[in-house]
Amino acid sequence: MSAEPDTEIEEELPPQELVLDGWHRARGARMVEFAGYMMPIQYEGIMAEHLWTRTHAGLFDVSHMGQLSFTGEGLDAALEAIIPASIASLALGRQRYSLLLDEEGGILDDLMVSRRPDDIYMVVNGATKYDDIGWLIEHLPDDVTMNLMDEHALLALQGPEAVVALSRLVPSVEGLFFMQCAGFAWQGHDLWVSRSGYTGEDGFEISLPAEAAEAFADALCAQAEVKPIGLGARDSLRLEAGLPLYGHDLSPEISVIGADLGFAILKKRREAGGYIGHARVARELAQGAPVKRVGLGIEGKLPAREGAEIYAGSTKVGTVTSGGHSPSLGVPIAMGWVDAAYAATGTALEIEVRGKRLAARVAPMPFVPHHYHRQPS
Amino acid sequence: MSRYFTEDHEWVDVEGEIATVGITDYAQEQLGDIVFVELPAEGATFDKGDDAAVVESVKAASDVYAPVSGEVIEANAALEGEPALVNSDAEEDGWFFKLRLTDASELESLMDEAAYAKYVDGL
Repeated sequence: MSAEPDTEIEEELPPQELVLDGWHRARGARMVEFAGYMMPIQYEGIMAEHLWTRTHAGLFDVSHMGQLSFTGEGLDAALEAIIPASIASLALGRQRYSLLLDEEGGILDDLMVSRRPDDIYMVVNGATKYDDIGWLIEHLPDDVTMNLMDEHALLALQGPEAVVALSRLVPSVEGLFFMQCAGFAWQGHDLWVSRSGYTGEDGFEISLPAEAAEAFADALCAQAEVKPIGLGARDSLRLEAGLPLYGHDLSPEISVIGADLGFAILKKRREAGGYIGHARVARELAQGAPVKRVGLGIEGKLPAREGAEIYAGSTKVGTVTSGGHSPSLGVPIAMGWVDAAYAATGTALEIEVRGKRLAARVAPMPFVPHHYHRQPS
Repeated sequence: MSRYFTEDHEWVDVEGEIATVGITDYAQEQLGDIVFVELPAEGATFDKGDDAAVVESVKAASDVYAPVSGEVIEANAALEGEPALVNSDAEEDGWFFKLRLTDASELESLMDEAAYAKYVDGL
């Protein structure tokens, strides 16, 4: 008998239960294992839930994600030494999208970071949170304290009617614009609310104590505009919105510039660097990235899924990283990595699915327009 | 006419030497919203257990196996324009294809409706 590697032992751990596990089951959710948790994949059906979110408001339980709180002396500089976000210029109540990069500039995770009155708050992906914590502990100085807020749930309310529904419970959330955040109170519980999300719609992400999660979810779903929505629709919504999913469209194999996420690095940090992985970013800003993340429109009705190979004639030029049927558009859509020479919008390509070649074209993203509540400039 | 079922959640209606094949209501419920069905070509021949069709739901692609051996004599053209028929009427209008049986004795290994119902209850 040979010893099993650690990773296999980790995989054998039973999935964790969300604090709302019973709540999801009572609402008819089909539960599947995802990112080490039993998660609701759907309630009434992915298509109906998807379209409901685009027209009304959907409640998503994303408590599997890692909520991290950072405090301590020299915190801004310490974080800037790791991630490419500008933390020093991050104002109170503002949120930014950022990334964890490895030394070679590969993407370890994508994340949201915001400044709260007493800490810096970060939300990382569920599947990667323990690796992220390990990476951060390794690179943070001793003066900085990091806490995993595992006593907190995270809910997302997304859709054009999210603001109407949430402001009945918490009136002042109306005042937030896209990527702004603030603390509020609901029935004696502290909420941290950001106006952001992962669907392309207006909406909110709400961090709250685990013991308040069920009552709060009930209060939201008691509103006519709100239905609980599963992971299945979360995935189809984010794909239509052109938003990458870590572990699929993003991984250590692709760079920030290749993944078309250069917007996450502000000018000052692009020039001065000083974060892990900067050399690759600087090189690719100057010379371009060899492989690019693109959107793909596909002719016909047959969806191309993750792993399907992309061709230009007989040459393999890329791979589909996410793909499926777009419920809003009624056609297949996909995201993939292609060699830079084939990444221009409109480039005609072919995707191989079960031995058949589907005609595809590099398409601009988002596939469905974003409807963020942006601050007028 | 007799109806048979497989452990892979297909139903087979047999009339003479012609078998009509579809997936069960239980299967469509598990798959969720179906957006595309890839059907076999007329004249294709299958051995029992061969990949015969593919059902694409919003979530994923799933194989449909030939429940018995035979030659395809017709595929359900209605599914091309309206794959959701499989959700709304899996066990009638949402049929997939018709086979000319090459070995009717294979039917003996399939379940009848009562046995299938019991099988599904145990899942």
